[in-house]
Amino acid sequence: MIELTASDFRPGRGSLAVWRRNVRVWRKLIRVSIVLNFGEPVIYLLALGYGLQRFVGAMDGLPYMVFLASGLLVSAVMHTTAFEAMYSVYTRMEPQKTYQAILATPLRVADIVAGELLWCATKGVIASTAILIVAGCMGLISFPGALGVIPVAFLTGLAFAGFVMPLAPFARSYDYFSYFYTLVIVPMFMCSGVFYPIDSLPAAGQWAASLLPLYHAVELARPLATQAPLSAPLVHGLVLLLYAGAGYALSVRFYSRRLLQ
Amino acid sequence: MRGRSSVCVPVSDPVIEFAHVVKQYDGRRVVDGLSLRIEQGQCFGLLGPNGAGKTTAIRMLLGMTHPESGSIRVLGHAVPEQAHRARAGMGVVPQLDNLDPDFSVRENLSVYASFFGLPDNTLDDRVDWLLEFAELTHKQHARIGELSGGMQRRLTLARALVNNPGLIVLDEPTTGLDPQVRHVMWSRLRDLQQSGKTLLLTTHYMEEAERLCDVLAIMDHGRIIAHGSPAELVRAHCERNVFEFPRLDAPQQAALDALPEVRLERSGTSWYAYTEQADPVHDWAAGHPQLRMLHRHHNLEDVFLRLTRRDLRD
Repeated sequence: MIELTASDFRPGRGSLAVWRRNVRVWRKLIRVSIVLNFGEPVIYLLALGYGLQRFVGAMDGLPYMVFLASGLLVSAVMHTTAFEAMYSVYTRMEPQKTYQAILATPLRVADIVAGELLWCATKGVIASTAILIVAGCMGLISFPGALGVIPVAFLTGLAFAGFVMPLAPFARSYDYFSYFYTLVIVPMFMCSGVFYPIDSLPAAGQWAASLLPLYHAVELARPLATQAPLSAPLVHGLVLLLYAGAGYALSVRFYSRRLLQ
Repeated sequence: MRGRSSVCVPVSDPVIEFAHVVKQYDGRRVVDGLSLRIEQGQCFGLLGPNGAGKTTAIRMLLGMTHPESGSIRVLGHAVPEQAHRARAGMGVVPQLDNLDPDFSVRENLSVYASFFGLPDNTLDDRVDWLLEFAELTHKQHARIGELSGGMQRRLTLARALVNNPGLIVLDEPTTGLDPQVRHVMWSRLRDLQQSGKTLLLTTHYMEEAERLCDVLAIMDHGRIIAHGSPAELVRAHCERNVFEFPRLDAPQQAALDALPEVRLERSGTSWYAYTEQADPVHDWAAGHPQLRMLHRHHNLEDVFLRLTRRDLRD
């Protein structure tokens, strides 16, 4: 069994090389990625926004389209990051053996984990920026205040990468992630205040939502996008940081166990 | 002080040193008290049947598996604690190619170089040279999936050289390659050896070991059971003459076995008679003109089969 010491958790500059590797791959597929980044929010905003707006009118004092757009700013981060931290990370770990190749260089598991978390957060920011642009063009959010969403998107990306990345070392195939996506990510998407305020949930639901990262990301992003005052931003920020930090530590542990047998 | 030490022949700090290394999986000792020493500039071959512990030994050398006990030093660094420092001076050709399918041939080299912290602006010349070394210049923009197995292997070897390592570790570098490609790999490895690099390779091919290696260690059950130059091993562990018989009936077996100083062994369906003196076997065979027989000199394969026994390991 691998015994880790404190220094095994300290990432080095090598994590930036891992991040850059992923940027280089992304740049090759940039057209497809960008189309997806812009296409998905447009579909959500048009289909759900226009469809529901007529019936719902206002939600929590905001026009429904505005309410929805400000939530999608971070739920898109969740989807992008979770996908990357499950499927892409597993692909690099298992069929491509990219991590094995990297571990024959001076890089260590901590560098790989830190680089991947950083990359997941970067992708989250890209996804969120695409929505800022789309929603901005539709006049749903107000600049420049909404630019404050970008650091929130980065933090949200780190939190979700931390939430999801520790799973892959336990996976034996891609199917494993479908369960997690259907049983955890989708319910979180539905019940964290993206589509309606969580006050409408029963107490247990509210409690559950408040333990998960998406709710806290929404609580930060919506006021920033709609020029409303933030409530308890430190608490929300700390919860997201906690997910990121705990996820990092667990990932170093689990990936070491899987990769260094 | 400085001037003097540069004149001195470096007092042989081994490039690799294993001392009493033990590694177990599920209570089974895969590496069982392994000790070995590899000197600067050597081409060291690690031979052994499947499951002998060769790959585990290589993984431990890289810090990719941690031993239960014993100590390992590589390029002056304690492993696994400082393995990442040791890896900065090493090149690795793994048993299975793990080239990056997301990148072209050329990008595989430059991306890998970035993991060694080599800056982009110094890389072009080096990458050009490596592409030439691997005879892949014409394929530099191809995707990995478009390469033949031999090309992938050459690219993996080129990739192992991006950091200009002093030590190159190759785990079965030519397994699964056709003879032409194997010869290309061998000549490349000899080039590296002549340029003063230290090579450690594992192999199943005795011919490869005999051609390339200065020193061989035969490993079985996680331990080194014989050690020396190919010629020394053959001399020490096998009689000079080998007679192969595809078929022998029981009386023939008994007759051969009864000849003085003949050792008769069976491998698969064939029989092998080992002896220092060829004449008694020839004399005996003259009385059996129907018998199919091949007489040859001893070689490394005979030693390997003798020391690791002939049973199948699967």
